[in-house]
Amino acid sequence: MPENKSQIPNPEIQKSDWETWEVFTQKKNGEPHEHAGSVKAPDKEMALLNARDVYSRRNEALNIWVVPSGCITSSTPGDVGSFFDPANDKIYRSPNFYKTPTGVKQI
Amino acid sequence: MTEQDALFEYCLRLGDNSLVLGHRLSEWCGHGPILEEDIALANMSLDLIGQARGFLGYAAKLKGAGSDDDLAFKRDARQFRNCMLVEQPNGDFAMTMVRSFFYSALAYLHFKSLAKTKDATISGLAEKSLKEVTYHLRHCSDWIIRLGDGTDESHERTQNALEELWNYTNELFETDEADQTLVSQNLAVDLKTLRKEWDDIINKVLEDATLKRPDDSRFMSKGGIKGIHTEHLGFLLAEMQFLPRAYPDTKW
Repeated sequence: MPENKSQIPNPEIQKSDWETWEVFTQKKNGEPHEHAGSVKAPDKEMALLNARDVYSRRNEALNIWVVPSGCITSSTPGDVGSFFDPANDKIYRSPNFYKTPTGVKQI
Repeated sequence: MTEQDALFEYCLRLGDNSLVLGHRLSEWCGHGPILEEDIALANMSLDLIGQARGFLGYAAKLKGAGSDDDLAFKRDARQFRNCMLVEQPNGDFAMTMVRSFFYSALAYLHFKSLAKTKDATISGLAEKSLKEVTYHLRHCSDWIIRLGDGTDESHERTQNALEELWNYTNELFETDEADQTLVSQNLAVDLKTLRKEWDDIINKVLEDATLKRPDDSRFMSKGGIKGIHTEHLGFLLAEMQFLPRAYPDTKW
């Protein structure tokens, strides 16, 4: 496309200045927002538009949240033992001993 | 001019505007400044091509001959009824955004009123398209504000794009006897009544963007609805129509 010649990127503008945002989409009313992926954007309004374009262009979402990636605190692989193992041998924490009444969904 | 002929003309104008701008935006596919915007431009392009299918399909039905594809691929430039604004080359990203901003502000107002007119097919297409162009307008407005109120370079490029494209804005409101025939029957919108609201949208965004509204007293192009076009449309059609013209009725 010769028309786009004037589009040579200016090296002074660092695209990496743009923050990364984590995108959460809700598929149906009442369902939780689930992590869909991430987008780059200069601010929260553009992050929302970009998230809409990238993650709900085929009608996948009813609602979208965007959160700056830096605002998410994550557990680390080193935490696995102390965080999750203690739950492994406590079967009584799971309500598996009840019978599910017929007709009840989403349990 | 009969009502049927006027309606055919009116659908061609709407369909051609969407088709030509949709094709222009599709040229960005794979060339967007960032992945997210590349997808956004392709989404807008697909919305517009969908609108073109609707309006050109209805035009073909009114004529009782051919299909939406025939109208898209088998007419030459002089038979296209789009406004000159939408055929202008993509230029830089600012130029593309300003072009879509001018057009989607009009399309938003146009479809909003058109959804209340009497022909069920046209009002139905307008209602569906309104949702799409509402988003396009928001997307472009947000970009104009950020580019205008951004770096020195982005401000300058956006101001240049405004100056470059301004003389195609009067034509957006051009009407002729086809419009008059339909407006009196509540089958179409009188574009001239949308001017004030269009100005309000443009002025508000340009103010937020710290950009200057170009001078209205300059030369203004017109004639798209009569098939008068800039030289750019021929090149666009040459690319868009090559395949169906070189290999008629081919399937892919």
